Amino acid sequence: MANVAIHPAARHADREYNLTEVGTIGDVAVPLSGFERLTQNGAFRRALVLIMFAIIWEVAARWADNPLMFPSLTDTLSAFKEDMLSGVIPARAMTSLEVLIMGYSLAISLAMIFTVIAVASSFGSVVLTTLVSMFNPLPALAILPLALLWLGVGTSAIILVMIQAVVWTVSMNTFAGFQAVPETLRMAGQNFGLSRISYIFRILIPAAFPYILTGLKIGWAHAWRTLIGAELVFGVASRSGGIGWYIFENRAQLETAHTFAGLLTVIIIGFLMENLVFRVIERRTVLKWGMMR
Amino acid sequence: MVFMGRQDMGASTVAPVGRHPSAVTEDPLLSIDGVSLQYKTRDSLVTATYQVSFNAYPGERTVLLGPSGCGKSTLLKAVGGFMKPVEGTIRFNGKPVSKPGPDRMTVFQEFEQLMPWKTVKENIMLPLRASLGLSRAEAEKLALTYIDKVNLTKFANVYPHMLSGGMKQRTAIARALAMQPKILLMDEPFAALDALTRRKMQSELLQLWETIRCNMLFVTHSIEEAILVGSRIIVLSPHPGRVRAELNCGEFDFDSENSREFNDLKDRISAMLFGKDKH
Repeated sequence: MANVAIHPAARHADREYNLTEVGTIGDVAVPLSGFERLTQNGAFRRALVLIMFAIIWEVAARWADNPLMFPSLTDTLSAFKEDMLSGVIPARAMTSLEVLIMGYSLAISLAMIFTVIAVASSFGSVVLTTLVSMFNPLPALAILPLALLWLGVGTSAIILVMIQAVVWTVSMNTFAGFQAVPETLRMAGQNFGLSRISYIFRILIPAAFPYILTGLKIGWAHAWRTLIGAELVFGVASRSGGIGWYIFENRAQLETAHTFAGLLTVIIIGFLMENLVFRVIERRTVLKWGMMR
Repeated sequence: MVFMGRQDMGASTVAPVGRHPSAVTEDPLLSIDGVSLQYKTRDSLVTATYQVSFNAYPGERTVLLGPSGCGKSTLLKAVGGFMKPVEGTIRFNGKPVSKPGPDRMTVFQEFEQLMPWKTVKENIMLPLRASLGLSRAEAEKLALTYIDKVNLTKFANVYPHMLSGGMKQRTAIARALAMQPKILLMDEPFAALDALTRRKMQSELLQLWETIRCNMLFVTHSIEEAILVGSRIIVLSPHPGRVRAELNCGEFDFDSENSREFNDLKDRISAMLFGKDKH
């Protein structure tokens, strides 16, 4: 340091340092321990929460000691097991799911048509936004009496109600997704000189996919909810009745544990759809592409 | 109206400046003739450029240089076919420009120009397949060639959100060049990058140009970048943009960056844009 000339105005000398060799520092990235990794795992955390609720349920039910009003988890599970093995719950669930898939896919096709019209013209977009603001707040079950009047007791009335539950959410989300495509991305797409159809399918739809997927998810939840609700009100819509009817039937017979088993089935199907189907789609698309966190 | 007076001056100085002797007989690749551009904001109609005329010739790296808001990007968008002039004509390769097309590939400033659902390689393959109709194998081969040219071979299968800003712009450049456009339009492609990356990209672009020798129209507000990257500079006045000068600068590169001639040209342009004061 002594032989370094120091400018009078500088209060400290220039300094350069030799770096410590990276090899001597040790591991720059150390893997976490198994326990740490486990506690970071989302599925594990969720399972912990589930176990906690299961314990609270069991303890509360035993303490209340009134199986007619509030059966315990073990009672509910044995009722569930019994009806699963006898094939009652699977049959009822299948009936519900069939109607669900019909109604949901019809609603999505309708929503796609609405969105295309809305994207194609500014008048169409005014029509869509007005319709959405009118009908989206309207609870789907509110049009059930009308559906019964028009279509009679049957699957088609339920499907009409489900369309009302799904179509507005899905079309509004898809439309919002198209509008949110960044201008630069649009211009980049137009620059390729694609045909109109090719531009929509190769650029606009994938670019709007995070919104479209959100719409589909919310739409699915609405559809499932509405279906169970409609079945409760309707009773038997098709040959055997769905899971909603199963819940209603068992309550009427004061089979409370079986009523709970029905509710559990509804929850499980919803949970599986959300965590298996939609989660997997998300992981393979928008999460992988960094379009959603 | 101050600008009405100045516009007459501008118009009278444009015509006689013909410092491109070979160009007299050569057909221009891009010919911009009296082009005025306007765009609407919420409450006004803004004139971006006023009666701009210039030609760009084959084999040149033409740079549109002007201060922020002088309408240079708008002009580039008009050349790209993304907007129509309110007066004047833009002719490209002998035909009037009417819509965007793959013969004029654009590299934008924003990173959003890459399709986030496609990897680097797939981004480059997309227009090759969808627009030029190449087979998967052909498109892939061409994509890999251009990925190599922009030094992204290691990142060919990575999605854009994993890339740095410079890598994203390199991908966009590779995607545009792989289409083998008649002209490459670049709209301040390095403006969103940090200073070090920007310099690196400029020199890489010049190296790339040496091997490909494509026609280029490059927009920037940086005088240094214009002199380094361009072979001919069209200087646009502050808003609304009018042509202030056409200057040759093909002799300058990174080696002559701080030479006297380089600084003289820089000062000359600076004076044109901001008055006598150098700063």
